[in-house]
Amino acid sequence: MAEKLKVELVTPYKKVLSEEVDEITATGALGEFGVLPGHAPFLTSLKIGELAYKQDGVLHHLALNWGYFEVENDKVTVLVETAERSDEIDLERAKAAMSRAETQLKSLAPEDKSFRVYEAALERALIRVQVAGKAKR
Amino acid sequence: MANLKSIKKRIVSVKNTRQITKAMKMVSAAKLRRAQENVVAARPYAAKLAEVLERLAKSQDTDASPLMVKRDGGRALLMVVTSDRGLCGGFNANLCKAAERFLRERKGDFSEVSLMTLGRKGYEFLRNRHQVRKNHGNIFSTLSYQTASLIAAEVIEGYLAEEYDEVYIIFNAFKSVMTQDITIQQLLPVVPQDSGEEEVQTQYIYEPSKGALLDELLPKHIDVQIFKALLESVASEHGARMTAMDSASKNATEMIGKLTLIYNRARQAAITTELMEIISGAESIKG
Repeated sequence: MAEKLKVELVTPYKKVLSEEVDEITATGALGEFGVLPGHAPFLTSLKIGELAYKQDGVLHHLALNWGYFEVENDKVTVLVETAERSDEIDLERAKAAMSRAETQLKSLAPEDKSFRVYEAALERALIRVQVAGKAKR
Repeated sequence: MANLKSIKKRIVSVKNTRQITKAMKMVSAAKLRRAQENVVAARPYAAKLAEVLERLAKSQDTDASPLMVKRDGGRALLMVVTSDRGLCGGFNANLCKAAERFLRERKGDFSEVSLMTLGRKGYEFLRNRHQVRKNHGNIFSTLSYQTASLIAAEVIEGYLAEEYDEVYIIFNAFKSVMTQDITIQQLLPVVPQDSGEEEVQTQYIYEPSKGALLDELLPKHIDVQIFKALLESVASEHGARMTAMDSASKNATEMIGKLTLIYNRARQAAITTELMEIISGAESIKG
């Protein structure tokens, strides 16, 4: 298959990815989706989640924070606030963040303003641990 | 001679000052490089986001989001970005003056103006003359996207609560090491930039929906704009400090040269007088 997707993944700090890939999957606002070359123009927001892409038969994983995803003419543009490659993730830190968020959540009621904050923190930590686990395999 | 001693003392003190200004220049140069890299790194993100926003906004009514609706209240919020520390030439003073000029010129358009200062220097300058709603100090040493995001959230909250109808930000945009461009930008209501080129109408699939996407993207756009303004300001600050310290070091060197000359002349004069005294003394013994 000659056709490839050109992916650009940008955060406010740097350009994380700029590569040609065969396939890409991510978690959108309405759930997980996959994109192959020849996809129709598509625009969605991303939730805290995982982004995986296949390049030359190898799967790569990234943990993403809030973001936005666009496909047009086999060109994929991803804007995210943070993105970490699976091998860049500090597993210890993510686990510590997870337990910290968990204890905070236990002491808070769902009505509290900071409840959402810790919930999001927990979600982020969970994804990080998940993605980091995939790198080891 | 007492005069000799005092000149010597001044030379030593100027030398000390020069050492400090030189060191500050080096520090600023190093920090400038890092700040410059940050500015460059943030540009593609901001540009891409603006691009998407433009496309979304074009295919959508302008009153689609409360952040895009123009209100007639005329109450404005001006965000003034300065530095926390001084010793950077006219960096802060020029910006504060420009902010005041802006307020004077647009007096007719605004019924009420409040300020939000980012940076201690601007706050100190403006707090006695205008109503400063809030000051965010000490944000530059640990500047991150999160910081900008928090400030943006606060601004948006105030805007939606109709505490003000327009938001502007004034900051030193980084042009080169030597020059800063004072830039005033309208943050709210969001006016999508118009690149002018005719869009090729591609039928997009939107998920969840156009309106929901726009609602999510607009606050991010504000985040990024504030983040960018802060980064540019930091880079400009270091550039300004570097040039200021460079000229201070040069002036110190020049002053040391002048003082050394005076010192040597005074020393020579002292020696000459002493010689004259000895010679005249010897002459008188002979005679």
